[in-house]
Amino acid sequence: MEKVLMKGNEAMAEAALRSGCRFYSGYPITPQTEILEYLSWRLDEVGGTFVQAESELSGINMLLGASAAGARVLTSSSGPGFSLKQEGISYLVAADLPAVIIDVMRIGTGLGDIMQGQGDYLQLTKGGGHGDYHTIVLAPNSVQENSDMMDLAFDLAEKYRHPVLIASDAAIGQIAEAVELKEFREHDRDKYEWSIKGCKKGDEQRKIQNTYYTMPSYPEYLKAKYAGMESNEQRWESYRVEDAEVIAVAYGISSRVSKEAVDIAREKGLKAGLIRPVTLWPFPVKAFAGLKSVKAFISVEVNILGQMADDVRLATQCKYPVGSYGTFYDIPDPDVLVEKIEAFYEKEREK
Amino acid sequence: MNLKVPESITFAKTGFCPGCGHGIAIRLIAEVMEEMALTEKLLAVVDVACSSLAIDMWRFDTVMAAHGRPIPTAVGVKHIRPENPVMAYFGDGAAYNIGMAETVHAALRNDNICVFVVNNSVFGMTGGQMAATTLPWQKTVTSPYGKDPKKYGTLDITKVIGQMDIAYLARGELSGAAGIEQSKKMIKKAFEKQLANEGFCLVELLSECPTNLGMAPVDMMKHVHTAMAGYFKPGEFIDKGGSGR
Ligand SMILES: Cc1ncc(C[n+]2csc(CCOP(=O)(O)OP(=O)(O)O)c2C)c(N)n1
Ligand code: SF4
Repeated sequence: MEKVLMKGNEAMAEAALRSGCRFYSGYPITPQTEILEYLSWRLDEVGGTFVQAESELSGINMLLGASAAGARVLTSSSGPGFSLKQEGISYLVAADLPAVIIDVMRIGTGLGDIMQGQGDYLQLTKGGGHGDYHTIVLAPNSVQENSDMMDLAFDLAEKYRHPVLIASDAAIGQIAEAVELKEFREHDRDKYEWSIKGCKKGDEQRKIQNTYYTMPSYPEYLKAKYAGMESNEQRWESYRVEDAEVIAVAYGISSRVSKEAVDIAREKGLKAGLIRPVTLWPFPVKAFAGLKSVKAFISVEVNILGQMADDVRLATQCKYPVGSYGTFYDIPDPDVLVEKIEAFYEKEREK
Repeated sequence: MNLKVPESITFAKTGFCPGCGHGIAIRLIAEVMEEMALTEKLLAVVDVACSSLAIDMWRFDTVMAAHGRPIPTAVGVKHIRPENPVMAYFGDGAAYNIGMAETVHAALRNDNICVFVVNNSVFGMTGGQMAATTLPWQKTVTSPYGKDPKKYGTLDITKVIGQMDIAYLARGELSGAAGIEQSKKMIKKAFEKQLANEGFCLVELLSECPTNLGMAPVDMMKHVHTAMAGYFKPGEFIDKGGSGR
C-alpha cells in the first residue's frame, strides 16, 4: 500500500477508524488535540459519531455507554485530562467493557506543560484509578506503529473485555513520518451477546454492572483474566542484546534515542544493547530471560523518578544493577547515554 | 384481586425500603413501555445510588453508570443505538449535585434521550445527606440544624434549564392518584418525543424516601404532596413538539 505523510496523532486517529472504531468522545488538551480535531470531520465521513464532551469526565462516561451498546470506542487525552478519565477507566474495568484510551503524555505534575514526558508510567501501569486492577498498556515509538498498534489495541480490548491504554507522548504524537495505513475493518455492534440491545422475550436480561463482585467466582475470574494477559500479551523488541553487557531499557520516544546510542556505543567497541517494552503492562519480563553476558541495565525515561527502573529490577529479580537516565522534559540525548555506558565500563575497570 | 402488572416487572426480591417512591416510578415506566410496545427495546441507564436497585426489578437491558454519570452514559448508548428508546433513570443528588455539568450540557446539545430524575430531596443511598434539592431549613444528617438558605441554596431545575432549547421539561409527583397519573402522562410524552427525534426530555419526579426523612410511608406521601410539591411546582415547563432536531 502507498505511504502517506502523517502526524503521529493523526495516524492513530485514522488507524482507529480503520480498526472499526465509530465512536469518539473527548476534550481538547495539548498535545493530543489533533486526534480530536481529525476525528471531528473524519468520523463523520465514515458514518461514525464524534462528540466534543463538556469534560474528560463526561467524555469517558459517554464512551462507557457506547461500549456497553456494542461499539468500538476511542478517547484520548493528556496530563490533567488523563487524570479525569481515571474514574471512567476504573468503571470500564469493573463493568468488563472494551475501550481504547490514548494518553499522549506531556510533562509534569499538576498542569505541567505541553512538552513530551513519560511521567505517567506509574499511573498507566499500576492501575491509575481506584481499585484493584491493571490495564494492558501499549507503547508505540513511531508514526507507523501508532497506526499498526490500533488493530491490536481494539482486538485485545475485545478479547479480554477490558480497556486498553496507549502510552504515546508529545514527540511521537507531533512528528510527521511516512506511514502505510491498514485496510478498513468492519465492526458489527451486534456481535457480542453481552452488549445491550433490547431485552426480547426469551432473552436473558443484559446487565452491564460494576458490582459483579457479588458473584462467588469473581476473584478467580479476575485472577485468571490478569494471569492470561501476563502470560500471553508481553510484547517487546530486543536490539543487539545477544552479547550485550550493558542493556538500555526504554519505550516510546526514549527507545528511539536509546537505539541510536546503542549503535554509537557499539562503534566504540562497547557491548551495548536495548530492550524496548512494547507492552508496559504486562511488563515484558520474558525479554530479560536468557541474557548471557549482561552486567547492568539502564532505564531511559523522560521523567525524574526513573519510574520504570523498579520493573526492570523485578524482571531481573534484582540480580543486576539497574541505573537510571531520566530527563525532565528533554528527549534523552544519545551521547549522554553513551557517556553513561562508558562510565559503567570505567567503573568495571577500576574494580 | 387480579393484579395486572407489566411483564417487564420481575418481582425479584426488592432492595427498596418500604414506602420508597422508586417502586412507583419503575412501575410507571414499565406500564408506559408496555402501552407503547417498547418493552423489548428500551435501554436503561441507572446510577450507583438507589436507582441501581432497579436493575433487578425490571427486565430492561441496563447499564449501571458511575455516580452522577447516567446522562453521558445514556448519550453514548443512544449514539450507537439510535433506533432504541434510551433513558437515564436516577436520583437528584446524581443529576443536580455531582452530575450537574453533564445535565446542563446534555440539555445544551439537546441530546435525544429521556432523563427521569427521582427527586427525594436527599442523598438516599448514602444515608440522607443534604442535597441541592434539600428544602430550606430541612434537617438532614449533614444539616442537623436545618439547611440554612444563606449558606446553601435550593435548586429548582426548571430555573436552570427552563429557558433552554430542549424538547420537554416537566415535573410530576409520585404521591396521590392524581399526581401519579399525571407523572405517568409525562413519562409517556417524553418517550413519544424521543421517538419523534425531538431531543432532550427531562421529567423530575418528586418522590418518597421515608427511611432518610424519618417519616412513616403515609406521612412521607403527604410531605411530598404538601412541602415538596409546594416548593417545587409540578407542571410542564417546556413542551416544544413537532419540529425535530
Ligand atoms: C464519585 C462518588 N462520590 C460519592 C459516591 C457516594 N454516593 C453514592 S450514591 C450517592 C448519593 C445518592 O443520592 P441520589 O443521587 O439523590 O440518589 P438516591 O439514592 O437518593 O436515589 C453518593 C453521594 C459515589 N458512589 N461516587
Ligand atoms: S434510601 Fe430512600 S430512596 Fe433509597 S431505597 Fe430507601 S427509601 Fe428509597
